[in-house]
Amino acid sequence: MGKQRVKFVFEEDLVKQPVIYELGQKFKIVTNIRRAEVGEDVGWVVLELEGDESEIKRGLEWVSSTGVRVDPLGGDVIDG
Amino acid sequence: MAFLNGLKCRECGREYPAEPLNVCDFCFGPLEVVYDYATISEVVSWDRIASGPLSIWRYQDLLPAEGDDPVDIMAGFTPLLKAKGLGKTLGLNNLYIKNDSVNPSFSFKDRVVSVAATKALEFGYETIACASTGNLACSVAAHCARAGVRAVVFIPSDLEKGKIIGAAIYNPVLVSVDGTYDQVNRLCSELADDYPWAFVNINMRPYYAEGSKTLGYEVAEQLGWRLPDHVVVPSASGAMFTKIWKGFNELACLGLLDGVPSSSFGVDQNTVHHPAVTTKMHMQQAEGCSPIATAWNNNQSHVIPVRPDSLAKSLAIGNPADGIYALKVIEKSGGSAYAVPESDIVDGIKLLAETEGIFTETAGGVTISGLKHLAKSGAIKPDELTVVYITGNGLKTQEAVEHVVNPLSIKPSIRSFEEAFKGVK
Repeated sequence: MGKQRVKFVFEEDLVKQPVIYELGQKFKIVTNIRRAEVGEDVGWVVLELEGDESEIKRGLEWVSSTGVRVDPLGGDVIDG
Repeated sequence: MAFLNGLKCRECGREYPAEPLNVCDFCFGPLEVVYDYATISEVVSWDRIASGPLSIWRYQDLLPAEGDDPVDIMAGFTPLLKAKGLGKTLGLNNLYIKNDSVNPSFSFKDRVVSVAATKALEFGYETIACASTGNLACSVAAHCARAGVRAVVFIPSDLEKGKIIGAAIYNPVLVSVDGTYDQVNRLCSELADDYPWAFVNINMRPYYAEGSKTLGYEVAEQLGWRLPDHVVVPSASGAMFTKIWKGFNELACLGLLDGVPSSSFGVDQNTVHHPAVTTKMHMQQAEGCSPIATAWNNNQSHVIPVRPDSLAKSLAIGNPADGIYALKVIEKSGGSAYAVPESDIVDGIKLLAETEGIFTETAGGVTISGLKHLAKSGAIKPDELTVVYITGNGLKTQEAVEHVVNPLSIKPSIRSFEEAFKGVK
């Protein structure tokens, strides 16, 4: 079992999709939302995922395939 | 000594000890440094700063690392030049250039890396690493050479040759990744969990980012402890932009600006806005990667990530971590954000070179073209005191301007020269 911190960014057409619910249904992953904000044109959710590493990897690939942007949280992108 | 109380979550306010951490365990918000400003205000003064070295470490009381024996390749205290030629061209009579392209590894990154490397050694790390769009790789490799520790730098494989050589010469472990900078950064954030390394822009981030405050301190000091009416700044993640603003406000609150009495930092050190700080903060991004400028100009409260496609690779960060905070700085300062057309970047590089004798990289081309836009639109009035930050050196991105090489080709004779020279204006 492992844990991973991620940020999902939903653009306008995806904001109403129950992506996090489906992630928990389709894969053996526990989703734990820590912070979130939803605006008119974009929404984001910061959450921790718990499960087997391979399952989390598959789950995140599925999330990405829906069009949701997935970023790791540990390495928030700053100037490089 | 560092006057540091610890770290604090920028979102939920939870406090942490000063350790190699960058994310709040509770809400996963970014951690920021908390200073003991009461003690700092007792020791810091213009005289004490003036008696310090001609590097960022003259401001050691305001930095989060021990300054007694820093990893210092003499970053900072770069020239602030009155830009008569460029000013005349743009109709700005009071324009200055902060030329940070002359730092030891040729970009402003030396400021942040000097702080991060010093802190990393304080923590006992023996390897310093980074994900980089180029300039950071050069700086990390140089500072590690100076400190005698191992550097591991990760870069996207499509970087400009000048930046790759500029990093490789210091003999780091150079890892070229077949992907975008965002992908390189994702990889490094995963590696940071498994390797006992100081990633300057990941687990060292709270300390690293503070180094950019010195860009604000120096401009104030070089102007006689006063602030400009406008600053024009290139931006990728938004971190440097917000730290320049923080630096200005720290000086005001500590009574270090001419004619401004010291005052409280209020509830939140990291968002304080002193009324004496009236500088308008103008952010410049390249159109091919302008998520913050786009959010500002569309009145969006969120920054929507983009896939970078820009000539200005050092600004090509599609998911800017400090974007939301940069938007707040623009709003508080009455500033602006502009997405410079890609086609104007090279023109900006050439304009600066031809009017001021300064060869900047593509990010500087973005900044100068953005300045031109601000002047033309009237956002900056002719006599207002304006500082434009040039943060990287043109020798690193020579590919962008190769077409300027068009010599008079002659035989080794006076006749041949005079024939060729006839057509020269």
